[in-house]
Amino acid sequence: MNALAPSVPPLAFTGRVTQRRVIVSEWTKLHSLRSTRWSLVAAIVLTIGLPAIFAAVTATHWSHMSPSERADRHPLDIALAGVNLSQLAIGVLGVLVITGEYATGMIRASFTAVPRRLPVLWAKIAVFGVVSFLLMLPSVLAAFFVSQAILRNHHILQTSLSAPGVARSVVGGAVYLMLFGVFALALGAIVRNTAGGIATLVAVFFVIPPLLNVFPTSWQNAINPWIPNSAGRSIFQLTHGSHSLSPAGGAAVFLAYIAFCVALAAVLLVRRDT
Amino acid sequence: MIEARGLTKDYGDKRAVADLDFTVKPGVVTGFLGPNGSGKSTTMRLVLGLDAPTGGEVTVNGKHYRDHRAPLHEVGALLEARSVHTGRSAYYHLLALAQTHGIGRRRVEELIDLVGLHEVARKRAGKFSLGMGQRLGIATALLGDPHTLILDEPVNGLDPEGIHWIRNLLQSLAAEGRAIFVSSHLMSEMAVTADHLIVIGRGKLIADKSVEEFVRRASGAVVRVRSPQAARLAALVAGPGVTVEVDDEPGVLEVSGLASERIGEIAAANGLVLHELTLVQASLEQAFMELTRDDVEFRSETAA
Repeated sequence: MNALAPSVPPLAFTGRVTQRRVIVSEWTKLHSLRSTRWSLVAAIVLTIGLPAIFAAVTATHWSHMSPSERADRHPLDIALAGVNLSQLAIGVLGVLVITGEYATGMIRASFTAVPRRLPVLWAKIAVFGVVSFLLMLPSVLAAFFVSQAILRNHHILQTSLSAPGVARSVVGGAVYLMLFGVFALALGAIVRNTAGGIATLVAVFFVIPPLLNVFPTSWQNAINPWIPNSAGRSIFQLTHGSHSLSPAGGAAVFLAYIAFCVALAAVLLVRRDT
Repeated sequence: MIEARGLTKDYGDKRAVADLDFTVKPGVVTGFLGPNGSGKSTTMRLVLGLDAPTGGEVTVNGKHYRDHRAPLHEVGALLEARSVHTGRSAYYHLLALAQTHGIGRRRVEELIDLVGLHEVARKRAGKFSLGMGQRLGIATALLGDPHTLILDEPVNGLDPEGIHWIRNLLQSLAAEGRAIFVSSHLMSEMAVTADHLIVIGRGKLIADKSVEEFVRRASGAVVRVRSPQAARLAALVAGPGVTVEVDDEPGVLEVSGLASERIGEIAAANGLVLHELTLVQASLEQAFMELTRDDVEFRSETAA
């Protein structure tokens, strides 16, 4: 450190803040955090590892299973079993993408650089959505092929991507994880607090659904398809009964919830003090 | 150039900033002084558009901060309470902010070198000492080579060398024609760094004047006189507008309202021996405390 008067090297004007530039910035922010890498590795391991374990357990116990038990097993349920757990890793990361900035004060630096603020929210959603989809798509495909390979050794529960609905379900698993992450990000932006954001996410997806059991069955059947959890899961479920939405219908309802949360987050982001 | 007109901010029913008018001019270091909790940080957040004012307005280089389309080229800010993600390295912190304006990696590395963080640039900012955090904040503020700098308590946590370095930096930046707005709760620091002072207390403007004028008003011409014949001298100098205080130390008087030359003349004319005749400059620190104490007293009176 020199004690002489330091001089700041001049910089030529580099132009305005653009949405594209904010996206590049958000990509830097995302990949430069260790927590991001851990969460994403966890999501990948869970997405592929759990189906592999389930396939192996199912295969070794197959000879002891009753016919009705065997009929209950479906290869796609096994292939997409990991989605149920990896969604937690994706969801927590989605919340952290925004609440991590509030917790550390980084958000003030971000909004000082991008005072219109909304480009930051759009960029976070775009970068996190694209990154999680690009990582989850190969993961669910790997989960499908790995679990099928294990089951194939035992000549049971075989299916293929060309079977009706299978490719859609597998890709749907990755789409669901991406949308779940965006949902979490929007909740984080509304709540602005890591613990609060995760709690809200868990409440909406994992606490409220079982609570519906207090209602009469006819009510449950009417309400259940429309709650975020069920609507979202319709995207990757292979079979759709009378009490669940079609994949496209489920996706539309899930997207509507997300659009509502993102819109609310956007309004609050612009209005609130930081 | 920062211009605040009637700037007011309420949090609930608490008024944090009350009807502030001030101008931060280019080419000088403007010190923003007030006790902790007096509204300095709030004012700076209002300038940067992080908080919205309840009333009045503040513009930077003629525009509301939020209307700037390339703000880092206009204004650089070092915010109090670090505004850095603790899990990210200094390098990526600066790079992410630079990228919003299309500023390249070379600039980022240049500034890391300038503030002396080269060796720790790849380490997580959460591990930084307060001083390193401040240096990172300075680098952040200078990224876009801005015309205006806003620095909230920049010397906090710096070692003497770092304080000296910041002082020189701010003065050389002002000499280049930039407007520098720097807050502190330490009068002594501002006395050597700033050219102009804006003093607030409880969110209200108390003083807005040059440091020079502040010193002149503050010093109030107290003359310290030591004499073996102090009692006689005290009687001789007494008169309307002159106060003489007898110091604890024997033979020492503190005279105000009379120039030191005049006291010397009186002593000579009466054949009194003087051992000391000193013009005492009341320290800026004292003047500042007096200013803000008045404000506090005024406030508690109105509350009662």
